Amino acid sequence: MNYLDVRDLHVAYRTAGGEVPAVRGVSFGIAPGTTLGVAGESGCGKSTVALALLRLLPASARVSGQVLLDGEDVLGMRWGRLRAVRWAGASIVFQGAMHSLNAVHRVGDQIAEPVLVHGQATPAQARRRVGELLEQVGLPAWRARSYPHELSGGQRQRAMIAMALACRPRLIIADEPTTALDVMIQAQILRLIDDLVAGSGISMLMISHDLSVLADTCDRLAVMYAGRIVEEGPAGAVFADARHPYGAALSAAFPRVGDPASRRAPRGLPGDPPDPADLPSGCAFRPRCPAVQDRCAEVDPALWPAGPDRGAACVRVLSAEEARALGVPPPEGSDGGGVPAAPAATEDPGGTPDPGGTPEPGGTPESGGDRAPEPEETR
Amino acid sequence: MTAPAAPAAPDQPAPEPAGPVLSASGLHVTFAGRGGRAARAVDGVDLEIRPGEIVALVGESGCGKSTLARALLGLVRPTSGQVAYHGRPLDYRSRELKRFRERAQLVLQDPSGSLNPRHTVYDAVAEGRRIHNGATPDEQERVAEALSRAGLRPPERFLLRYPHELSGGQRQRVVIAGALILDPEVIVADEPVASLDASVRGEILRLLMRLRDDFGLAALVVTHDLGLAWNIADRIAVMYLGRVVETGTVEEVLSAPRHPYTRALLSVLPEAGQEPQVLAGEPPDPTRIPGGCRFHARCPVLASGRAEAAGVAERCRTEDPGPLPAGGAADAACHWARAQAAGG
Ligand SMILES: Nc1ncnc2c1ncn2[C@@H]1O[C@H](COP(=O)(O)OP(=O)(O)OP(=O)(O)O)[C@@H](O)[C@H]1O
Ligand SMILES: Nc1ncnc2c1ncn2[C@@H]1O[C@H](COP(=O)(O)OP(=O)(O)OP(=O)(O)O)[C@@H](O)[C@H]1O
Ligand code: SF4
Ligand SMILES: [Mg+2]
Ligand SMILES: [Mg+2]
Repeated sequence: MNYLDVRDLHVAYRTAGGEVPAVRGVSFGIAPGTTLGVAGESGCGKSTVALALLRLLPASARVSGQVLLDGEDVLGMRWGRLRAVRWAGASIVFQGAMHSLNAVHRVGDQIAEPVLVHGQATPAQARRRVGELLEQVGLPAWRARSYPHELSGGQRQRAMIAMALACRPRLIIADEPTTALDVMIQAQILRLIDDLVAGSGISMLMISHDLSVLADTCDRLAVMYAGRIVEEGPAGAVFADARHPYGAALSAAFPRVGDPASRRAPRGLPGDPPDPADLPSGCAFRPRCPAVQDRCAEVDPALWPAGPDRGAACVRVLSAEEARALGVPPPEGSDGGGVPAAPAATEDPGGTPDPGGTPEPGGTPESGGDRAPEPEETR
Repeated sequence: MTAPAAPAAPDQPAPEPAGPVLSASGLHVTFAGRGGRAARAVDGVDLEIRPGEIVALVGESGCGKSTLARALLGLVRPTSGQVAYHGRPLDYRSRELKRFRERAQLVLQDPSGSLNPRHTVYDAVAEGRRIHNGATPDEQERVAEALSRAGLRPPERFLLRYPHELSGGQRQRVVIAGALILDPEVIVADEPVASLDASVRGEILRLLMRLRDDFGLAALVVTHDLGLAWNIADRIAVMYLGRVVETGTVEEVLSAPRHPYTRALLSVLPEAGQEPQVLAGEPPDPTRIPGGCRFHARCPVLASGRAEAAGVAERCRTEDPGPLPAGGAADAACHWARAQAAGG
């Protein structure tokens, strides 16, 4: 049984310029004692998902779908219950949180607060618990008396993790817990997180734009693009052998030190990240996809099965029969649909193809751009 | 244009031109620290950047990378030692310095806010040139050229945009264009891609390599990302607490690291495929540089008894292995590594 199950989550922000569909139908689950990593480039909706899980989004956000925590739907909860869940059920280490410790209070008092308020502890019990928590995250207990400015970035991040652990939550959501930290400090924090999750039964959702960090730390990986999960599966398999062209490009963009293939050959992905308010028809990755086909303009791919325990939202993972069964047009060539390992290191540094305007060589440009089926996402 | 896989300066020794563009010798930069304790941010560094060469300067936060980079550009005056441009010591009088700064440009990472949100791309790129040359009639042409060199093509599409109308990668390209418009000989890029997405990062790194291949631009790239060094640099200098502790070609240093610090850095890379040696504690403090080898208190080789077995443990604690010469041969400032090399 999963501790967390998210089903068909949608989030749109209402803005002056219209609605921004930031999350467009995301589903995943996390079993107790395991870690799911969520990767993807800036703006793809990672933090929006994290905040939606505990209903921490601003009032301008319109949310639908289900967030089941131990079987109970967070999105439908009453306030009192939600508050209890936020402390004891799940807690979150926010992106950039290490800068958000209150400067005028001692670190220990800030960690003690939830214990006092929600754990109904006496001050003496709370003090003891703070000492325990600090030691659990590798800080000496006397650090409770320090002010935030007396701590380094890595130490502050440890304090934030101690705070997240304060009420013994069963799920921890960590949004970019090591970004902006030095490599060695990052390694320290990741090891700490590993130790905390292993054997404790805690479930963890870890968000990062650094796929290589997640591949190393997490059990499963989900790669997001333009508000969707486009690839999901066991961490090692996704990193080593992605089935979605975006997953493949993202993983190829991380150089492996010592690997001759990446020596003097930096790889990126030409083109700009998508604008969530102005997505192309069909597959949202189409304008940047190195493996794009004509049918990609017509089909909005879902997370289809792509090997044992994995899924990918790309028409190329479908066999001819599967495509037929789903009513997806077959590939025009019969190249079997393998995904290229990485975008070729092309020499186009400009990297700004016009969204939707990449004509297929020899294809029929504009062959149906306007009569593409409505994406089924709008609800 | 050369494909990235076939760089213009491969491993055979290039016909040695007239020595380094930019060099530091015996460089020290000391700041007056809190409570009167001096912070020896750069504590005896020799370093060379040769024409058309990309040198990576790596090391953990606070080890002195940015201070060294700024000193090389004449933005910080050394406490002792010197910086030389084509072998001539920098002249810190304002007129001379201004001319030097046209030839050697600093590229900062944009998200740290080096672009003014109220300036168009055109103004942002033209600005540096106006400081040096005033507004000349060919300004527009030069701005367009710099933008297209930085990969923003066609330039007309970007001229009148504001930073918030650009993606992170495009903003970083604007910053680079602002340096290129002065036609520099060398650029010093301080964490040029640190906060960019992996996909965008590769594009910017390719740009830096192409500028080297097409225009012979030399670069010092400051980073704590070893993967970046492996991706684009020719040589690498690993810095620890104000000193370069290991240097050599990227292949030498990253494929066969000698210094225990370099080894530890490599071991914690995700996918390193070896037991990570996570060094305990925080990056150390330049106001209290330990005696002996400055790394000895955190050194896994000393702690595990391997230095003892090699008969150097006492020297690790008491004798400074000394600064490394800028000569270019692979070398590590470590008693144990030297004993290993000598012992075969
Ligand atoms: N309060 C808001 N109002 C309007 N749009 C928003 C709001 N918050 C986020 N967005 C938009 O929603 C999309 C997703 O944002 P989100 O912060 O979830 O991305 P992210 O994947 O966490 O990115 P990063 O890696 O930069 O943290 C972006 O296009 C963003 O501009
Ligand atoms: N103006 C200054 N006054 C006093 N100390 C300084 C000053 N500038 C830097 N330092 C100190 O010198 C040391 C080296 O700093 P520097 O910024 O060069 O490190 P860095 O290697 O670039 O670190 P990072 O990777 O975090 O950018 C640090 O301990 C820093 O606190
Ligand atoms: S000199 Fe000694 S202490 Fe210093 S790095 Fe080498 S083995 Fe370690
Ligand atoms: Mg975010
Ligand atoms: Mg710096």
